[in-house]
Amino acid sequence: MSKPLKQIHLAAHFPGVNNTTVWSDPAAGSHIEFSSFAHFARTAERARFDFLFLAEGLRLREQGGKIYDLDVVGRPDTFTVLAALAAVTDHLGLTGTINSTFNEPYEVARQFASLDHLSGGRAAWNVVTSWDAFTGENFRRGGFLPQDERYSRAKEFLATTHELFDSWHGDEILADQASGTFLSDAKAGAFVHQGQHFDIEGRFNVPRSPQGRPVIFQAGDSDEGREFAASGADAIFSRYATLKEGQEFYTDVKSRLAKYGRGHDQLKILPAASFVLGDTDAEAEELAREVRRRQVSGATAIKHLEFVWNRDLSSYDPEGPLPDIDPDLGEHHIARGRAQVRMYRDPLAVAREWRERAAANNWSIRDLVIETGNRQNFVGSPATVAKTINDYVQADASDGFILVPHITPGGLDGFADKVVPLLQEQGVFRTEYEGPTLRDHLGLAHPDAVAEERAAS
Amino acid sequence: MSPSPSLHLAVALDGTGWHPASWREPVSRPQDLFTAGHWAGLVAEAERGLLDFVTFEDGLGLQSSHLLEPDDRTDQVRGRLDAVLLAARIAPLTRHIGFVPTVVATHTEPFHISKAIATLDYVSTGRAGLRVQITARSNEAAHFGRRTIPRIEAFDSPDAQELVTDLFDEAADYVEAVRRLWDSWEDDAEIRDVTTGRFIDRDKLHYIDFEGGHFSVKGPSITPRPPQGQPVVSALAHRTVPYRLVARQADIGYVTPHDAGQARAIVAEIRAEQEAAGRAAEPVHVFGDLVVFLDDDPAEAAARRDRLDTLAGEEYRSDARIFTGTPAQLADLLEELRAAGLTGFRLRPAVHGHDLPAITRGLVPELQRRDAFRRTYEADTLRGLLGLTRPASRYATA
Repeated sequence: MSKPLKQIHLAAHFPGVNNTTVWSDPAAGSHIEFSSFAHFARTAERARFDFLFLAEGLRLREQGGKIYDLDVVGRPDTFTVLAALAAVTDHLGLTGTINSTFNEPYEVARQFASLDHLSGGRAAWNVVTSWDAFTGENFRRGGFLPQDERYSRAKEFLATTHELFDSWHGDEILADQASGTFLSDAKAGAFVHQGQHFDIEGRFNVPRSPQGRPVIFQAGDSDEGREFAASGADAIFSRYATLKEGQEFYTDVKSRLAKYGRGHDQLKILPAASFVLGDTDAEAEELAREVRRRQVSGATAIKHLEFVWNRDLSSYDPEGPLPDIDPDLGEHHIARGRAQVRMYRDPLAVAREWRERAAANNWSIRDLVIETGNRQNFVGSPATVAKTINDYVQADASDGFILVPHITPGGLDGFADKVVPLLQEQGVFRTEYEGPTLRDHLGLAHPDAVAEERAAS
Repeated sequence: MSPSPSLHLAVALDGTGWHPASWREPVSRPQDLFTAGHWAGLVAEAERGLLDFVTFEDGLGLQSSHLLEPDDRTDQVRGRLDAVLLAARIAPLTRHIGFVPTVVATHTEPFHISKAIATLDYVSTGRAGLRVQITARSNEAAHFGRRTIPRIEAFDSPDAQELVTDLFDEAADYVEAVRRLWDSWEDDAEIRDVTTGRFIDRDKLHYIDFEGGHFSVKGPSITPRPPQGQPVVSALAHRTVPYRLVARQADIGYVTPHDAGQARAIVAEIRAEQEAAGRAAEPVHVFGDLVVFLDDDPAEAAARRDRLDTLAGEEYRSDARIFTGTPAQLADLLEELRAAGLTGFRLRPAVHGHDLPAITRGLVPELQRRDAFRRTYEADTLRGLLGLTRPASRYATA
């Protein structure tokens, strides 16, 4: 008996501050004006995507002691844009990254509960942590958090917000005009939390929202990060959008669910993926090469090399060979505020490997960065891309993908018009939304229903 | 400040209205309070009346009938949505009216609020402001757990006065940091220079290096300078310490005079504080706050107030003057207070479903007949409606 076809989950990431975005393209629009976000969100909803995803920035990136100026710089506030997008969409999930280090549980919980009310149950939170004093310089708390406390604070932060969400059960607002009883419970919203990071008590002031709690997303690739996601997240963002790596990650993370009493489908695995479409596969390949050249200018290539070398390499020619000096292994100071920096855990080994690959292929610095840098996951005609995505999902490399176009706000239009209909024809992607909430789209239970099942079993 | 051709009108929205029994009126739909539709309808009505802006109340704890601590009452509206998100949710549905959500400076982050209000300015294309407030409630401090605020027994005690003065000083620092962040990108910082590959001119981005008693902020903002340059800052003020916050940092102060004499005295005090703060030349609006019960027949309005008081089980009291009467009588009062130096009014409808349409369909036409209020929206931004120019960034080099 053959396995039933999995339904694909698709989402869209509004790209921002990294060199994926080809801002120099004549078709590129604003990354700040609301009309750009509205266009992008409407396209995603027209294509019946599960959700739109927005990242967050809390300090402008710097390189060599100066604000980084080669990529898109600047973004709007995540919560505020998502709330406004709820006004121009009816079904699309609204997912935002919100840092648990430079916020407090009471405020974040009331913002997410408010967003869930204001969107009719479409809010999702990508929980991330930060520990760096560099970002902390913009906040009251400063940069206090030792790296080994990242997940302990994040876990307690998340648990505390759940206590706040759950402090209202959903039946307290009677609003009975005849009897004059507004609340059925004089202690609605009461909470007490005493822990290592938070010691708070009182009354939460947002009544229970349509989804009960926002959908929880988590990103993070370390063993701790995977475990954190398996223990309680509804979806995980992964970096592994290739078949083999994706399958390994998928198997590993899904295997962790059982020990938390969770089913295989209770955690969706959604890698970010870029795509380039052409009328034919050959045309798409040609276009993809052009996009890669535009994403990595000579100056950008040097800056990328500096992440690994942790040195000023501005005297090197991007069209020349790689530097023969070794990376500076001291504290990373060349690039600050950049997430990619953490990807290179062993700079000496990376530098050695890159030098060998460049020499073997006769690559310049720029060629090397193009070849090792941004992956283009799906390149081809609409039919090829639709087939590849479906093959990956059916082969358990993921439950779907978060698509990142290289142009905003129109970069999703072609995918919506040409690829989505093919997936729908194959019966692996919805033609209409299953329900009004993001939990409905993702096939996730309402948290109250989960509690009831547990109580009954 | 050059005399404005007409007075300015805002409406303060909170729950189903400012009378605690307003939710029990048949015209109120308290079950809808936590839906976007409820608020969208109210704001659409305010925009139909050509009002300058709406404010949304907010707080970091449940509403209470007690000034300084929570209560356990179940007979009044409790619970509310985040005011900034509420404003952002409604703004794209409107075209002209301004949005002024309440922001609590005591427990929140100036960096977050600066980018949130800048973004509200983007999503409303230039119609954002904020109303800054402090909280001296110890229970709200316990919701955050990172500072202790002692329980105040009486507002007039020296300890309480010292605490409140300190919280207002912190709020002034907060607004200063927020304003510097708004200016931290010059208007033309985004250059998209394809030849050099530079997206921004980083010389037009500025560290704000704010250092205050309670926090410091490095900057620059992550959000480019908002459409208005500086969204509109406002604060409610009842006495000297908050008047000083208005004078130092605000574009609008909401005050609560009960007659023209008090209005004149308050305006004089704010102008003197403005002078002391070195802002004498800058336009600062002083709006009078009034709770309003409006009906075509004054006796009807009074009877409605009595009926609501009976439902509530007690007489409704407010920091602001409570007006009961007809739109024409209210227009008389507004003109009298305007002659005493007020430049506008923030009306608090006792029952939104009744008194807001009475403002837009009764008071507004009455003021228009007297040539005291606009007949059409004359500007695209909130600053424009308020007669405020768009300031240059303080960091811009000519």
